Amino acid sequence: MTDQAYNFAYLDEDTKRMIRRAILKGVAVPGYQVPFASREMPMPYGWGTGGVQVTAACLAPDDVLKVIDQGADDTTNAVSIRKFFVATAGVAVTEATADATIIQTRHRIPEAVLTAGQILVYQVPIPEPLRFLEPRETETRKMHELEEYGLMHVKLYEDIAKHGQIATSYAYPVRVEGRYVMDPSPIPKFDNPKLSGSAALQLFGAGREQRIYAVPPFTHVVSLDFDDHPFSPSKANHACDLCASNISYLDEVITDDQGGRMFVCSDTDYCASRRAAGHVGALGAPMATEKAAE
Amino acid sequence: MTPDALIGGFTDAPVQASHAFRAALNALSRPGQIETLRGATAPAPLSSAAATLAMTLFDVTTPVHLAGAHDIPALRDWITFHTGAPLVEPRAASFAIGTWAALQPISRFAIGLPDYPDRAATLIVEMPTLDAEGTRLTGPGIETEAFLYLPETAAFTANRTLFPLGFDCFFTAGTKVAGLPRSTFVEDI
Ligand SMILES: [Zn+2]
Repeated sequence: MTDQAYNFAYLDEDTKRMIRRAILKGVAVPGYQVPFASREMPMPYGWGTGGVQVTAACLAPDDVLKVIDQGADDTTNAVSIRKFFVATAGVAVTEATADATIIQTRHRIPEAVLTAGQILVYQVPIPEPLRFLEPRETETRKMHELEEYGLMHVKLYEDIAKHGQIATSYAYPVRVEGRYVMDPSPIPKFDNPKLSGSAALQLFGAGREQRIYAVPPFTHVVSLDFDDHPFSPSKANHACDLCASNISYLDEVITDDQGGRMFVCSDTDYCASRRAAGHVGALGAPMATEKAAE
Repeated sequence: MTPDALIGGFTDAPVQASHAFRAALNALSRPGQIETLRGATAPAPLSSAAATLAMTLFDVTTPVHLAGAHDIPALRDWITFHTGAPLVEPRAASFAIGTWAALQPISRFAIGLPDYPDRAATLIVEMPTLDAEGTRLTGPGIETEAFLYLPETAAFTANRTLFPLGFDCFFTAGTKVAGLPRSTFVEDI
């Protein structure tokens, strides 16, 4: 696909300039949602058109792109977005977190510690953390302006009253640099601590809702909590059955119709790297043996 | 139109703008870090870095103010021809270009609205040189501390007290750029 019927990275230069300006204002005001004029993309909204537009505005020809969905590089969504940028921007792609310069993600932050040369782009369905408390945009905007975040705490506290703990386990709200309350996208709260103090730049794009926001590197991000119920990034009390990691976020996988199940890392690159390095979980064969059996 | 107005733009806009944007993004995301920004050249006194920023970020939707020695026919024509940006008074500007002295008084520029803090001006401040020493910078984008020579400290200290309102700055010299968003704390040491 070298005959270009479209511009580099699909979007025209006017659109990219508009998105780039929004990204820069997002960086200048961490956690604040900058409105932008989202464009139609050749894929459904549910596929992360906001993230795709942010990635398109950031990509340069020498970038190496990684795309993950729920931690995996090989899901339909991730494969489609990766193919889209190979076709429209001709960029190199990778599944290795450490080799990527831009990582577009849906629902996870990679386990590997990100570095200064990397940008993590999140696909965001609902960027407004106050939306479920207040449907009117003019009102939520006012609440952010006045830092009226009391209702958010009330909602979390109702959780504690009802369940004995904060039940919110995805899209757990955070406060950025002590100012804006921000939706970190539907990542598990297990990932929340990685939002803070990362060496990488984190950008968030919501296509349908037309918002872009940012967490610059080394920015202080705190999960909302209470003195008597401090935030805790919950984790399954189990090690990965394939690579034996006991610090990674796990997916529960049904293995047969007899009720068999196993726990495996949701970050497939992290798990594969550990197995390649010789780590073997309770249900995992060494990688070389498995290869030979295929 | 002055003859120099027609030359010096991008020769391969999608690629040059993509590299330029990443340099600008790095600069603003990591205050004090000096990046290289090249690709466009404009009539003097506009630096190559500022010209490249203009090509990357300006268009018909972004009113621009040219201050002092930058407000000359050759540059007005160059900006108009290459970007289409309307040239305006400080109060209406999304972007402004000039030396720090020429941009004074800085209070003329938009600092955003309480419910839309993004509607604030970006100042492109032309400097003789950029030096990663002098004023101490802390805040988002900076792991411990960074240093950057600033034309003064008081205006940026005052700007930080307005957060989340405030103007954002790029400092340019030759092909170099450094960023100073409104979120950065500055102090003389
Ligand atoms: Zn694993």
